Amino acid sequence: MSVFLEALAWLFSPERLGAGGIPQRIGEHLWFTLIAFALASAIAVPLGYLVGHTGRGREVAVAVAGAARALPSFGLILLLVMLVGVLQIGAAVTAALVILAIPSILAGAYAGIEAIDRRTIDAARAVGMTEWQVLTRVEIPLGLPLLLSGMRNGVLQIVATATLAGYVGLGGLGDDILQGIALRNYPQTLGGALLVVALALVLDGVFAVLERVAVPHGVRKRGGALPRSSSASRTPAASAAN
Amino acid sequence: MNWVAENAGLILALAVQHLRLSLLPIVLGFAIALPLGYLAHRYRPTRGVLLTALGLLYTIPSLALFVALPVVTGISVLSEANVVTALTIYAVAIQARSVADALDSVDPDVRQAATALGYSGWRRFWAVEFPLAGPVMLAGLRVVAVSTIALVTVGILVGVKSLGYLFTNGFQRRILEEVLSGVVMTMLLALLVDLVLALLGRAVMPWTRIGTPAPRRAAP
Repeated sequence: MSVFLEALAWLFSPERLGAGGIPQRIGEHLWFTLIAFALASAIAVPLGYLVGHTGRGREVAVAVAGAARALPSFGLILLLVMLVGVLQIGAAVTAALVILAIPSILAGAYAGIEAIDRRTIDAARAVGMTEWQVLTRVEIPLGLPLLLSGMRNGVLQIVATATLAGYVGLGGLGDDILQGIALRNYPQTLGGALLVVALALVLDGVFAVLERVAVPHGVRKRGGALPRSSSASRTPAASAAN
Repeated sequence: MNWVAENAGLILALAVQHLRLSLLPIVLGFAIALPLGYLAHRYRPTRGVLLTALGLLYTIPSLALFVALPVVTGISVLSEANVVTALTIYAVAIQARSVADALDSVDPDVRQAATALGYSGWRRFWAVEFPLAGPVMLAGLRVVAVSTIALVTVGILVGVKSLGYLFTNGFQRRILEEVLSGVVMTMLLALLVDLVLALLGRAVMPWTRIGTPAPRRAAP
């Protein structure tokens, strides 16, 4: 337990506030997470909606998600940094984070639409909605909780992988962990790890709240969630393996 | 491609080591997740607590878990046992939910029929529920296997050798082929184990083969 106290002492020592200190490291980590998440969402959400709405390309999306799971994130970062060049480390790492986050968000987007009762969508068409109205007024609101659950996985993947970016000298909280290992300064390593864990848990909590809030009023009454959401939420994981 | 040809021996040795490091968490994870998943399935109140707690463990980034775990276990950060323990925790986190879902998916009528035929609880679980839950459990196991094999590579950052050695070594020596071969070999290993599990599932659970009609009994 004394190691734990030493880690806390390291975390809260005044030296941790200046340049290269904890606020800066957290800022770097969050900045990379935010950029990568925004880019990945901008690519994956429209694609996922296209797959979910038309039902086309589902097999491709499932295959991509399955293959991405096998992709070693650390190797991908190093590979991209070497390919793009050491001068563009930031761009290379961001690209790696985006690539790793896309499958989860994509799966969330199309699974959200797929999990909607087909009769609801047929009814929307029957009352004269255009395809665009079906998508924006029925499918997107009803699919929102599952999309957010996919985004939650994507963000956690980004936070975890951004930790590894410390190895290529990009800063972030991984920098403290790896520096601690190299210098055999275990309190520093543990302190950095505790911060990463806290960051991941906070982001996870934020998305957990968003998922609850996102359930539309009309379907919230019975049991508080979408009737089929429990079976649907495991669809991406279970089907990705096929 | 010269580099790969010249270092085929090293790559192969690392792949074997990689496989050894990943099989243990996959097998251990399943063994631990089975009773936990059963508890979550059988007793509703435990489900929320158990699966939420495991879900939170799963949100911990791998490098952070590798270096923070020794505080709890007392194992050295740099030892293989530490990495294996961390990966087992991830495996249990995914697999327990999959086992609970799998057991939930068994038709309650079938369960009642088994009880009516005189199966005891223990026998009913192994002879009826476990096999019927097999396909969903296998899907979870395949997810665990593939993600474990990918995660083992992070172990090189705490000094545990696997195909991840090719990443750091290749990066330091600026040999692109070395890093690339590490990525490709890791993915191949994952796909290979996934394929083996899928084939094993087909062999052990012949009733999941869709498209091959069950042999019909000859009409009297």
